[in-house]
Amino acid sequence: MSASSAARTRLQVFRVVILVLTGAFFLIPLLAMLDFSTRDFLAEGRTWAAWGLLVTDPLLRGSIIISLVLSLLTALGMIVLLVPTMIWVRLRVQWMSRIVEFLCLLPLTVPPLVIIVGLKNVTLWLNYLIGDTPYWLAFLYVVLVLPYAYRALDAGLSAINVTILAEAARGLGASWLTVIAKIIVPNIKTALISASFISIALVLGEYTFASLLNFDTLQVTIALQSKANAQESVAASLASIIFAAALLIVLSFVSGGRKARRTVGTPIAPIPVEPTRETQ
Amino acid sequence: MARSRVARLSSALGLVPFLAYLVIFLIVPTLAVAVGAFTTAGRPSLANVAGLADGAILNSLWNSIVLSAVTALIGGVVGALLAYAVVTGRPDGLLRRLVTSICGVLAQFGGVTLAFAFIATISGAGVVSIWLDATFGTAFTSSTWLFELRGLMLVYSYFQIPLMVIVFLPALDGIRIQWREAASNLGATTWQYWRHVGLPLLTPAFLGSLLLLFANAFAAYATAAALVSQGSPIIPLWIRSALTSEVLLGRENLAYALALEMVVVVAIVMVAYSLLMKRTARWLQ
Amino acid sequence: MKNLRTSIAALAAASGLLLAAVGCSPPPAAEPAGEGTSGAATAASAADLGGMDKLVEAAKAEGALNVIALPPNWANYGKIIEGFKTKYGITVNSALPDGTSAEEISTAQKLKGTDRAPDVFDLGQAVTLANTDMFAPYKVEKFDTIPAGLKEASGLYVGDYGGYMSIGYDSKKVPDVTSVDDLTKPDYKGKVALNGDPTQAGAAFNGVMMVALAKGGSADNIQPGIDFFGDLKKAGNFLPLDPTDATVQSGQTPLVIDWDYLNAANTAKIPTWKVVVPENAVVGGYYNQAINKDAVHPAAARLWQEYLYSDEGQNLYLGGGARPARADDMTKAGTIDQAAFAKLPKVSGTPVFLTEAQNKAAADTLNKEWAKVAG
Repeated sequence: MSASSAARTRLQVFRVVILVLTGAFFLIPLLAMLDFSTRDFLAEGRTWAAWGLLVTDPLLRGSIIISLVLSLLTALGMIVLLVPTMIWVRLRVQWMSRIVEFLCLLPLTVPPLVIIVGLKNVTLWLNYLIGDTPYWLAFLYVVLVLPYAYRALDAGLSAINVTILAEAARGLGASWLTVIAKIIVPNIKTALISASFISIALVLGEYTFASLLNFDTLQVTIALQSKANAQESVAASLASIIFAAALLIVLSFVSGGRKARRTVGTPIAPIPVEPTRETQ
Repeated sequence: MARSRVARLSSALGLVPFLAYLVIFLIVPTLAVAVGAFTTAGRPSLANVAGLADGAILNSLWNSIVLSAVTALIGGVVGALLAYAVVTGRPDGLLRRLVTSICGVLAQFGGVTLAFAFIATISGAGVVSIWLDATFGTAFTSSTWLFELRGLMLVYSYFQIPLMVIVFLPALDGIRIQWREAASNLGATTWQYWRHVGLPLLTPAFLGSLLLLFANAFAAYATAAALVSQGSPIIPLWIRSALTSEVLLGRENLAYALALEMVVVVAIVMVAYSLLMKRTARWLQ
Repeated sequence: MKNLRTSIAALAAASGLLLAAVGCSPPPAAEPAGEGTSGAATAASAADLGGMDKLVEAAKAEGALNVIALPPNWANYGKIIEGFKTKYGITVNSALPDGTSAEEISTAQKLKGTDRAPDVFDLGQAVTLANTDMFAPYKVEKFDTIPAGLKEASGLYVGDYGGYMSIGYDSKKVPDVTSVDDLTKPDYKGKVALNGDPTQAGAAFNGVMMVALAKGGSADNIQPGIDFFGDLKKAGNFLPLDPTDATVQSGQTPLVIDWDYLNAANTAKIPTWKVVVPENAVVGGYYNQAINKDAVHPAAARLWQEYLYSDEGQNLYLGGGARPARADDMTKAGTIDQAAFAKLPKVSGTPVFLTEAQNKAAADTLNKEWAKVAG
């Protein structure tokens, strides 16, 4: 029918226009970063010197390592804290699930800046108990990633029937540890990976906590180096964006197969996919 | 099967580690801020909260609200359109996966890198500035608008749009194609479908997402900290100034008061958001 | 409902206990390493330790020094740190090079008891006077040769180097500046930068004061300076961007109002960079050295001070374009670096040094008026 094919063309045109415009909006700054970081101010050519500094500058290299380790520690901490808790809530304390959900989304409400301002005593304790290393930032980062990790894990746990699995395993004599580690975790692998990747991306991009506590993580160093060598900072920024994007793209492909099967509803479309068959 | 109070309490104990963790790292700082806002030199006082009424601070509060509202709107509209463009494609197609991953990065990745992205693009020495000046004779290379409020609006939009895509996609996903078919079977045109079915269904989710974007922009610190080196046009930068200034000393408790102000504004917005989300959930079961 | 009540009660009890525990500070940390062994932490002069040689010994035994907020191009600190390292073989850990004086103090408070706590401070006047309870008094060997107006009688804090506010500019990019009034001319559109926000950074604060003096204000009246910057903003000449090495090199900030020694550092990199101190608008300021009472390396901290006030250290400051505190004494003794001294910008007019009260009054005025003018 001409009306629906006209509608379909309109839709396709609309989609192309939107995708091209937003694609350009997002791509241009990234390309500009590439151009800026490779520009040779003196000799009017291209130079990869700034990118080389990513590996050779000890300050930057050190901060990359600190950030990577912090992100892994955060992902680990998040898993250790959230997975048993959420499983326990589903199995034994369903009446607290609303409260737990609220608490997990609470960090979205309290700006990190506010948390840092009020953290003086806690940081003194952490320094006292653990010593002076940037790695106890992981404790704070776990709070930051809670909302996103909760949502990912919640989706994963909702898709499997935790109660039945747990009861069956307990009935066969498994201990709680076995239930969690050997029965449930393998079934929520995608959600775990998703939550971990999001945590890693978040920690790699975190600036507020680290800068106000004077730790040299990646973002803090990037901001610092901008005063001495702007090109190095821009190169490091672009590298970290690309790395995080690669991480999340890989994630989406790893979970892609399962996702298609678990789609909640078929996607919205202004006209059915097979117009001739459905509408007649 | 009635379970004794003891059994119920003891199972709640399983949550103690989680609750303790949150109390230490989230509740206590927030309470410290609330208490500190009403303290001066160790004694309770209203001076800091009164200081919030200062002309310059009120101006910054207004700027913060305007910045958050404008970028929430821009992000909301463009993000919704982009989400729609994505969702009308194949659900497991390359486009959707690519777009959602990239949006995930840009939305949560953080201010410093974005600040530098825009410095490289449109600051005085930026690629696009140079091109624009050469082609259109504009004055971007000698202008510093990127480091003022308007610049912040542009850069904030860069992470608001992806955030909208992420937050709004599930709502779009939930609109069943069957409803569209039913509408067209009853003789509705596209416009009528949207006006009477689609938009009313999506409005709560859309407004809720706008609120989330507002709160996100209001609380953002890193981007502004990396871009704006002079002046405190928005509240988070006032906090930075109160904590690190070497000219005006002893303003730490003012920082607490400012932080409390931030929590209050964001809390109001988030409560409105969760109320709207509850309404949406009813439709998207 | 019962569940809700019990859960709330449990939550409240747990929170209460934790709040009580977390609300109080941790027990004071173990005493820093150098404390008991050499008594350096309480030494008020080298003589207390048995002479310079004993001080050097104790410092070398500590092996490291924590400094903070010392950028390499600031008054030649890069070379000074190198000099200290080479002379005594002590590692220098330089933290937070772009920190403000206020951040030095807050970092010291935050890191108290840890290994990273700063040992020595280099602070602007306002912050020094506000935090004297954090310092340990120490008189360097050459203490008596320092002018009385630049030191605290017991050695709690001592001026180390200073300079005058100046206008620095790239003569290739902007025409020569002869007076402050020139800055409103259209040649300087979008080019006039302050080194920071005047309500936050001491250098910018003094820059506004310099302009105030040039426009008829005084040490007690900074308003003409604020008004002038308002005019600059209206003319589109004011550039609210922090000048950094990068922006100076790329030409984004071709004119900077800053301490003369900081502008002098730019001349080293850009030969066409000129530095001028406006006539009869001479605002002087000295930075102050102080030793952290809870220094992690007390002997190394004191040795650092001795080094800074030695002829070698003071001449290194001079090499960076800063005026050393002992300049008068060294000129008399002939130990000053004549060539470097001659390179300092000419100053005509009586230098104005703000007192604590004037500082505070001007800061309060700025706090109220600056945002209205410069946004």
